[in-house]
Amino acid sequence: MKAPRFAYARPASVAEALALLDKHKDDARVLAGGQSLVPMLNFRVASPKVLVDINRLSALSGIKVTKSHVRIGALTRHAELERSVDIAKHLPLVAAAMPHVAHPAVRNRGTFGGSCALADPAAELPACALALGATFVVAGKKGERRIAAGDFFKGLYATALKTGELLVAAEFPLPKPGYASAFGELARRHGDYAMVGVAAHGSAKGGKLSDLRVAFFGVGDRPQLAAHFSRALEGEPATAQSVDAALAKLDADLAPRADLYSTAATKLHLAKVLAGRVLKQLLT
Amino acid sequence: MNAPLETVEITLTVNGEKVKRTVPARLNLADFLRIELELTGTHVGCEHGVCGACTVRVDGEIVRSCLMFAAQADGCAVDTVEGLSDSREIEELQSAFVLTNALQCGFCTPGILMAAQALLRDRPNPSREEIREYLSGNYCRCTGYQAIVDAIEAVAKARAGRSK
Repeated sequence: MKAPRFAYARPASVAEALALLDKHKDDARVLAGGQSLVPMLNFRVASPKVLVDINRLSALSGIKVTKSHVRIGALTRHAELERSVDIAKHLPLVAAAMPHVAHPAVRNRGTFGGSCALADPAAELPACALALGATFVVAGKKGERRIAAGDFFKGLYATALKTGELLVAAEFPLPKPGYASAFGELARRHGDYAMVGVAAHGSAKGGKLSDLRVAFFGVGDRPQLAAHFSRALEGEPATAQSVDAALAKLDADLAPRADLYSTAATKLHLAKVLAGRVLKQLLT
Repeated sequence: MNAPLETVEITLTVNGEKVKRTVPARLNLADFLRIELELTGTHVGCEHGVCGACTVRVDGEIVRSCLMFAAQADGCAVDTVEGLSDSREIEELQSAFVLTNALQCGFCTPGILMAAQALLRDRPNPSREEIREYLSGNYCRCTGYQAIVDAIEAVAKARAGRSK
């Protein structure tokens, strides 16, 4: 199908974009990479009256490294993250996730901010943001506000963004020395939506895991931190027994629902398999 | 541009030629190329970004033309399979596809040629696994992909041999 009728606006500045979003309120949608929004339009799942195309707002684009964090502009394309030397060096978790995000032609267009603002529960980047403790920077008519990743994702395609607000960037704290990260995903075909995925980050000094943040995606209505699992591993030397005991705790952390392809039990099983794999990665 | 419009005036370069048109905002780039410019080499399969048949280049990078509105291509340089064919940029790939029988119905072929050319530009000597991974966004329902991978691999090897 084709997109329904809409009116198209291409603001020349963030201020103009915010004015348009404020004026048209819930009738407007932000058009970033369009790799999810345009299919939603074509399926008539979404039919906004106004599309605010932010693709020419270069102020929203790019990766900046400061002394304390890496700032990723909302309009940064997946392909830029995939190729970035700074991301590979400072946020290896994000670098490891990128090849799993759809396909090359989609990564050339899709954006970091679009993926986070859409909050698809099977998406990779929201889980990475959660595992790495990122903070989202959101602009509105009254100025900017900051929202921790843990408070940003509210549910199925739901975020803390309010009507009239625009996601402008996310700030990822620079990983501390001795911290490692690992990423895993199972999909039916490379680049498809995850059946189950996991993004993990924490200290792995001397064969002991601590301060772990393990975010699962594709198993709930939003990315979820596995708190019981991480607590079971805290400060423990990683042995076959301690890992098995921790994996059993995932029963308490995750309550996946069956989807078209797998039962809830299958998803939970796959989550444990993946968790075991990322722990091995963290420790090597 | 500030007030939202249902009709948009655009100027862009398509296969090296400057084009100026007034289009409905909802018109996607694939339909613009096919209907307005009669460049029907770009195919429309799924219309939601899954099949890859509509792959074109915008400012040098491959994209799904069904997931972009023509209005968004204003000021851009668009290359379609016709352009790459006429400039002979994909001549070797086309010959290799014929030689290895890498197409049957041919519906997916333009998109696969666009993707293959982008792959060989970024990774001149890909493994078969890398070729498969890169083409995971392009559906072919006839060939089972073997011959397509053969063709792309053959071109990569031929080009590598020449550059030694």
